[in-house]
Amino acid sequence: MNAWIEKQKYLIDFTLSSLARRKAKNLGLLLVYTLIVFLLASVMLFTHALRQAAAEVLVGAPEVILQRMVAGRHDLIPPGYLERIGRIRGVQHKEGRLWGYYYDPVVKANYTFMVPGNQDIAAGTLLVGAGMARARGLAVGNLISFRSYSGKLFSFTIARILPHDSELVSADLVLISEADFRSFFAIAPGYFTDIALSVANPLEVRNVAAKLSQQFPDSRPILREEILRTYESIFNWREGIVLALASLAILAFAIFAWEKASGLSADEKREIGILKAIGWETGDVLKMKFWEGALVSLAAFLIGYLAAYLHVFRFSSSLFAPVLKGWAVLYPRFELSPVIDGFQVATLFFFTVFPYAAATLVPIWRAAIADPDAVMRG
Amino acid sequence: MIELKGIHKAFNTGRENEFHALNGIDLHLPTQRVTAFRGPSGSGKTTLLSIIGCLSRPTSGRVRLGERDISGLPERFLTHIRRQTFGFIFQQFNLIKGLSALENVMLPAYPLGGNWRALHERAESLLGDLRLAHRRAAAIEHLSGGEQQRVAIARALINDPQIIIADEPTANLDTGLAMEFMAILENLHAVGKTVILTSHDPLVVDATIVHQVIDMRDGRIVTPVPIAEGCA
Amino acid sequence: MPVARLSHLALVTLACAASLVAATFADAAWLRQQRAGGMAQMRDLVEQLQLTDLCLFTEARYTRHLSQADLHSAFQDHPLGLEHFPTGSLVLPPTRLTASHERLDRETEVPD
Ligand SMILES: Nc1ncnc2c1ncn2[C@@H]1O[C@H](COP(=O)(O)OP(=O)(O)OP(=O)(O)O)[C@@H](O)[C@H]1O
Ligand SMILES: [Mg+2]
Repeated sequence: MNAWIEKQKYLIDFTLSSLARRKAKNLGLLLVYTLIVFLLASVMLFTHALRQAAAEVLVGAPEVILQRMVAGRHDLIPPGYLERIGRIRGVQHKEGRLWGYYYDPVVKANYTFMVPGNQDIAAGTLLVGAGMARARGLAVGNLISFRSYSGKLFSFTIARILPHDSELVSADLVLISEADFRSFFAIAPGYFTDIALSVANPLEVRNVAAKLSQQFPDSRPILREEILRTYESIFNWREGIVLALASLAILAFAIFAWEKASGLSADEKREIGILKAIGWETGDVLKMKFWEGALVSLAAFLIGYLAAYLHVFRFSSSLFAPVLKGWAVLYPRFELSPVIDGFQVATLFFFTVFPYAAATLVPIWRAAIADPDAVMRG
Repeated sequence: MIELKGIHKAFNTGRENEFHALNGIDLHLPTQRVTAFRGPSGSGKTTLLSIIGCLSRPTSGRVRLGERDISGLPERFLTHIRRQTFGFIFQQFNLIKGLSALENVMLPAYPLGGNWRALHERAESLLGDLRLAHRRAAAIEHLSGGEQQRVAIARALINDPQIIIADEPTANLDTGLAMEFMAILENLHAVGKTVILTSHDPLVVDATIVHQVIDMRDGRIVTPVPIAEGCA
Repeated sequence: MPVARLSHLALVTLACAASLVAATFADAAWLRQQRAGGMAQMRDLVEQLQLTDLCLFTEARYTRHLSQADLHSAFQDHPLGLEHFPTGSLVLPPTRLTASHERLDRETEVPD
């Protein structure tokens, strides 16, 4: 056993000395490899943690949302709908929601204006999300004016800024009183953006939804389970960026493996011959090469994964921000709660470490089984 | 003791360029002797050495090493025998570029997995014996031809083999270095090693420490005869 | 011995890296605890304000409120699909739009 360990250490000594001969090239390879792992691991950790966060946070979303569609567009709920819903069995609570978008030309940002159902906001005051406050440089007590869609200027005082910790759901929110909302957006009393329903028995939800679409053929119900499902599958592998990244990584790896597979130069073949001539077995040569692949890929995996962890959970995935931001000005500052899927990590490990180790071994195999006597002749 | 019986070696058998490098070699090499093979280029000396050293297998014929018939052994066993019994000094030295002199010397011992410290010391003392201690950390390509050969000798000795095989050891050396090599050979013989070498160099084959010179031609052994007659 | 062995150097380095990777799991547990308050706060906010979506993208209606998107939203569900809003190509349309919503429609009686 001791001799076995000692032997592996010798093989590692040799393989490292060999690698050190082309230091720049091999360090470059390691760097590229690490970068690939870093990217893949970052995407993996980020998307998983985000999905988990969504699942955890959005369980509080309304059970059913009823939206009216007019000519393929979401339209206001006219008066009378709320009352008619009251006749559907199983509906425990119903409430008209008022919300909408506002484009702020000052900082070119989009806000979500919303009337909170549970709290009263004094007229002329606003509660704003921390992201929005940051974009406009607002503090409590500040005055802010918006030009409404009708052209009138409205001024508000900032009453409170929503907690910084909750930016992931509230960064762009502007909470406003119902009266202010209606006059700002010129929405007549009795009209609502949509209707939120709660259903007493969770098993009834689908029934209620079916009844709703039957009773309001111009409307569509959106169930909480659908909201959750939407975020469950957000950024899955099939989606644009993940697919693009994955194919990029696979391409890079293919180039890599090709370099390895075809890179067995005459010099390397000769070296293998020498090793065999001086008493190395075919197996020793293969083990030596295995160590090369294993050490390089293990180093790349460990460093890449570590960097990805720090990036996603300690540095707020800052490299993804420009991608996720798009044209938007407002981007939430959020720190994901680190939920790591061990199975995913294992998969990543498997798919980054093993193919590389294999790619280094295959070409060597052919050279290593050759007769060693060729080295006797120059 | 090494015994060869009816050794044939053919290359590219069955193809157009089939070539018989050895045509029936019968030979008995005693231990603790210095034996030299001599012969014109292409006479099969290198081929014979590689068969003796278990680097390749004869097409037919039997090789006995001590009490053991090794012709039929699988590759694994041949490697074991090679590593325990033989030390090779190649004509082109065949050192591994980019590694230090010391690492090159240690290489044949790596698969044995012995104690590193002990191996390190042994390699250093071998290099010291060959007056190379000061160059041990130098990369092999920075050494002169003579230094490289001494590294190759140290490497051949690291596993303390019984039999040293040297193919044209002086071909790349000037007279001074060749003389030095003969002195090293003498030491090896003095500690009881068997040495088998090939050479055309009169400095080698005429040296007093060479006990036996075997002439070869066209893959056959020409009965040892005085040089004058052999040339006629 | 004056020379440090490369294999020892490498194995020690890898062992350090491996233990750091192991440490990330401990760190993750610790951070989860640290950030549990924030999560709870968000959950409360979602419940109180009846929010339906994460505020990850603010540039377009259908990515700001992803779950509220409709069939006519400009999703370009293709990596090479070009559209004005970059985020629209980052996410898939809600599954409801492509599957269950339609099924639900079919289950309802056709009004005469
Ligand atoms: N792998 C091979 N394939 C074909 N022919 C070979 C091979 N190896 C050796 N030969 C031939 O076998 C013959 C004997 O070669 P060998 O190297 O044993 O000669 P040698 O006596 O060592 O010559 P030199 O003194 O030039 O080194 C040569 O004609 C050579 O061309
Ligand atoms: Mg030769």
